[in-house]
Amino acid sequence: MNVKLTTVRERRLGITYSSPMGIWLTVFFMVPLLIIIAYSFLTKGLYGGVEFPITFDAYLQMANPNFMRVLLRTVWVTTLATALTIALALPCGYAMARSKHQTLWLGMVIVPFWTNSLIRIYAWIAILSSEGFLNEMLKALGFIKESLPLIYNQGAVTAVLIYMYIPFAILPLFTTIDKFDFGLLEAARDLGATKPQAIFKVLMPNIRSGIITSVIFTFIPIFGAYTVPLLVGGKDSYMIGNIIVDQVTKTRNWPLASAFSLIITLISTLGVLWMMTSTARERARIKQQPLKDREDTLGPSHNGLTSAGRVS
Amino acid sequence: MKGFDVTVKDVSRAYGSFKALDDVSIEIHKGEFFSLLGPSGCGKTTLLRIIAGFDSPDVGTVLLDGKDILPLPPDRRQVNTVFQNYALFPHLSVYENVAFPLRLKKIQPTKLDTKVREYLHLVQLDAHIDKKPSMLSGGQKQRVAIARALINEPNVLLLDEPLSALDAKLRQNLLVELDHLHDQIGITFIYVTHDQSEALSVSDRIAVMNQGKVLQVGTPYEIYESPATDFVARFIGETNLFPATVLSCNPYKEEYIVSLDIPELGTSIMVTDYDPLQVGQKVSFTIRPEKIKITTDEPRRVGKDINLFSGIVEEPIYSGFQSKYYVSLSNGTVLKIIQQHNNYMDDGPDIAWKDNVFVSWSAEDGYIVEVVDS
Repeated sequence: MNVKLTTVRERRLGITYSSPMGIWLTVFFMVPLLIIIAYSFLTKGLYGGVEFPITFDAYLQMANPNFMRVLLRTVWVTTLATALTIALALPCGYAMARSKHQTLWLGMVIVPFWTNSLIRIYAWIAILSSEGFLNEMLKALGFIKESLPLIYNQGAVTAVLIYMYIPFAILPLFTTIDKFDFGLLEAARDLGATKPQAIFKVLMPNIRSGIITSVIFTFIPIFGAYTVPLLVGGKDSYMIGNIIVDQVTKTRNWPLASAFSLIITLISTLGVLWMMTSTARERARIKQQPLKDREDTLGPSHNGLTSAGRVS
Repeated sequence: MKGFDVTVKDVSRAYGSFKALDDVSIEIHKGEFFSLLGPSGCGKTTLLRIIAGFDSPDVGTVLLDGKDILPLPPDRRQVNTVFQNYALFPHLSVYENVAFPLRLKKIQPTKLDTKVREYLHLVQLDAHIDKKPSMLSGGQKQRVAIARALINEPNVLLLDEPLSALDAKLRQNLLVELDHLHDQIGITFIYVTHDQSEALSVSDRIAVMNQGKVLQVGTPYEIYESPATDFVARFIGETNLFPATVLSCNPYKEEYIVSLDIPELGTSIMVTDYDPLQVGQKVSFTIRPEKIKITTDEPRRVGKDINLFSGIVEEPIYSGFQSKYYVSLSNGTVLKIIQQHNNYMDDGPDIAWKDNVFVSWSAEDGYIVEVVDS
């Protein structure tokens, strides 16, 4: 009876403890989301804002080939930047996990967060611009005579996006690789795998959850990126984020801005769902407890073993 | 005999100032079940890792079938390892774990399937083919690891304390199975263990190691009955070991009768030895507990070759098939004695706590461990 009482009380306490988060999420996440959904189905007001009646205009406007081009570009830039980020973050996370100075490396990954992201983007402008650090240095060293177009293009956007989001990829990869049993790599080598084979056939499948987390942690923010393409991109680097801001502040088409926002939300949600199902599957796999040792003992005879036939 | 011989020559390996291996040389014969035995940190695992290719010696050579294997990476050596913690790939099923080496070799699918099933049958895991390693018990996991290591048909199988994570009963069963496998496959087994009873029961020969050095290489019988050093005598089985000084050494038939002064026993004793000893030489004397007789009545006829003491039983430990007694002699020295219970006992052992007893052993049952003059 005591037990029952405690569980009831504990359950009540659980609700109490989780209520701040519940209220927070409702007020600052659910309500705005509902507002955005509602706005996307309303008519554009003349000076911004929205009016009745309910229409699907916003979604029809999205079919505009210009928007489609930006949407496709966003998907392409995001995919490329995410892939490159993970490709760079994997060896970093691996090296950190195997290092004796984990705390030092972790600190170095986190240090950039001490500086505001805008300032860090302006630092990149100072490095990449035509009179910037990199061009001047290459000129001084005599590699080039004319400045290279390092900024205000797709390449600059991709590079700075990778820089901005690589810590978000390194951290989950590091924690997963840190838990990985490196003895498995030795086992793979022992069984005839070369170094790359051991990495791809044994390490990678076992850190799948970490890779998925990093993909989501980088893909989602990059997909909604706004400042980076605005500050280091050119005319051809517009992304969905920039369209949303334009629609809110310049064109004052709030329903269209809401509709684009929902696309980002939708893609993010799909990503998180993918992560949740794959981690749930992994947990289910681990949960299946080993059978009791009853099948270990073979009983009195070892006939099965000796009659197995010669193995040469 | 199949399998390859392994020659370890003058191998040393240091980690900083710690000498894991100190000038080790061992010759392991073709098809032998060879054990590396020693306490943790003695260098046995380092040696195994060097043979497998996960570590390389600072100096020395390792020959496999007469060829230097040190320049080869682990994946190109014809040896396979059974790891202490199994090291099964958690993302692969039992079948895929065993198939892993064959998939790397890109073997034809039907051939691969036949072979994987054959090896899973060999270790009696036919019923668990599709399970993930996390669903297996410890013994089953180790069987998968063994099948996986054998499927490449290595010439030498390295076993790194493969049974240490299992409980005692299971360990015995798997040990017998390993021995059967060895007889069946006929390749060289190199077995690393800190458990002397494991090593004694299955090995053809054993190398006893301590602090990076090989102290003795020999058959289980040689290692147990004629230990080369104090450490070997103490590490293998139980023993009573005392420092002693040679008082006299006289030839008798093909042996020598040696009289030893043992301060801890408060008197001198007789022991036979095959080699002549110098009078005054410092040696260690060892007598195994099961070779000492214990009686409540004083033995009637005591020959010249019998060493007899009296004492009090301080601690009788009954364990079914035998009893172990700690007998304290008049000067306080404690002797360990093991008595087998070969007959039915109605009222339990007739020797009890605080009993006055007589302990004796024949001169032939003691053994002199020679000590290098210090």
